[in-house]
Amino acid sequence: MSWLSSFWRTSIGGKMTMAVTGLLLFGFVVAHLLGNLQLLQGPDAINEYAKMLHDLGPLLWVARIGLLVVFVVHVVTAVRLSQANKQARPVPYASEATVQATMASRSMVLSGLSLLVFVIYHLLHFTLGVTNPGHFAMKTSGAGGFDVYAMVSNSFANPAIALAYAAFQLVLFLHLSHGIQSFAQTVGIHHKRYTPMIKTLSFLLALVVAGGNALLALSVQVGLVEVAR
Amino acid sequence: MKVTLHIWRQSQPSDRHAQSARDFQRDGRMVRYELDDVSPDMSFLEMLDVLNEHLIKKGEEPVAFDHDCREGICGACGVVINGVAHGPEKGTTTCQLHMRSFRDGAEIYVEPWRAKAFPVVRDLIVDRSAFDRVVQNGAYVSVNTGAPQDANATPVPKADADKAFDAATCIGCGACVAACKNASAMLFVGAKVSHFVHLPQGRVEREERARNLVTAMDEEGFGNCTNQYECEAVCPKEIPVRVIADMNREFLRAKVREE
Ligand code: HEM
Ligand code: FES
Repeated sequence: MSWLSSFWRTSIGGKMTMAVTGLLLFGFVVAHLLGNLQLLQGPDAINEYAKMLHDLGPLLWVARIGLLVVFVVHVVTAVRLSQANKQARPVPYASEATVQATMASRSMVLSGLSLLVFVIYHLLHFTLGVTNPGHFAMKTSGAGGFDVYAMVSNSFANPAIALAYAAFQLVLFLHLSHGIQSFAQTVGIHHKRYTPMIKTLSFLLALVVAGGNALLALSVQVGLVEVAR
Repeated sequence: MKVTLHIWRQSQPSDRHAQSARDFQRDGRMVRYELDDVSPDMSFLEMLDVLNEHLIKKGEEPVAFDHDCREGICGACGVVINGVAHGPEKGTTTCQLHMRSFRDGAEIYVEPWRAKAFPVVRDLIVDRSAFDRVVQNGAYVSVNTGAPQDANATPVPKADADKAFDAATCIGCGACVAACKNASAMLFVGAKVSHFVHLPQGRVEREERARNLVTAMDEEGFGNCTNQYECEAVCPKEIPVRVIADMNREFLRAKVREE
């Protein structure tokens, strides 16, 4: 424990904490997308999937708490590092220029904080049922329990909600397109041949993940998914 | 050619331990100067020399700037020109930059390296002794290698020698810190780690070195790298960010093997 906390406090230890927690979050986002793509297969698939997850019982809670810890560590470390970075340059340049840093890399704190806002809204919406209680309360007779299909399709039938979800995928795309290749550099993977490939892969993975999520968000609007009554 | 200069003038030194930006900045501010007798063949520092002659004739305080070799090897001359450390030419120190790189009538902003770890001494001169203190913490080989050996007695593969040499070209100018959005020194410190770890003589102390250099760097108050690679873009010796990945790996290795 004391080894971990002293490692975390160093500059490179902090960077590596961002990298490892970031990659774990990315892993979660991929799994989350793969599971939710079942929405496109109709009510039975997604509702069975939701029931399976719920039936995990204590295991589900282990996963939830683990995810929460990873998320909190990612955010807390981000705040610590970005404050140190601010303090490292007390007087800004009168004339500032950027030579090769990408827009995505320069907006990591902003995109990250936007994701934090989004995640909170997303949890209030679909996990806690605060923002649209009517959709949340829908029950199904089929798989027994919550009707996830009805909840999601009714929510995304609202163009404002669908567009908001889709817009946040742009932010996720930005964060991940820098984040994935940044992970490699931070943990010490740098190679003449592979680094350019990793950068391309980072862009493509971010595009696929954010694109997949956006597709689900817009699925009702474009007629891929029917609204359950 | 004519140029309009905006130059940072600061007569009181910045306090390295300043709590506020105001204390760090002291009486510093941008001052505007017009120069109309500039030749495109002058170096950037010669142009500043001309400005200073005018200022001295007018009885004003000349602009203080650092320089020594004026041939791109000592690392003393760095200033930020229009937001870019060492100015617009890639792989070039300020002293090797020529006025032909600017158009006639150009507006040119000249500022010192801006970092908490590099307090301003006066005008464009900063105190880079933070780098020296980092170097003193392990950017050398202290194992006794005995009397000079025959050349090539210790074979070093060409690929390793090249990597070490890429890093060894560092002149310690501090442009990496100046260019970094976070005022991080990781290109500089990475160059030290990478320089030694690719050589057999340096590998003996690799763990203490990685640990001590990173600790010393952190204590100086530099920021943290966020992999934006602005350092690599301005480095006059074009040291690649690979050295930062080398340092990250070495530091992790050293920490994991710590007893
Ligand atoms: C869906 C949630 C998120 C995912 C999948 C994610 C993923 C990642 C990844 C893969 C990295 C790269 C690590 C590295 O630099 O090596 C990263 C970095 C970072 N993340 Fe996140 N992140 C998420 C949420 C957040 C949140 C909520 C914040 C808010 C404060 C945040 C702030 C940052 C910052 C500041 C960095 C460091 C950027 C840099 O070093 O350039 N992230 N993230
Ligand atoms: S004066 Fe020596 S590098 Fe420019």
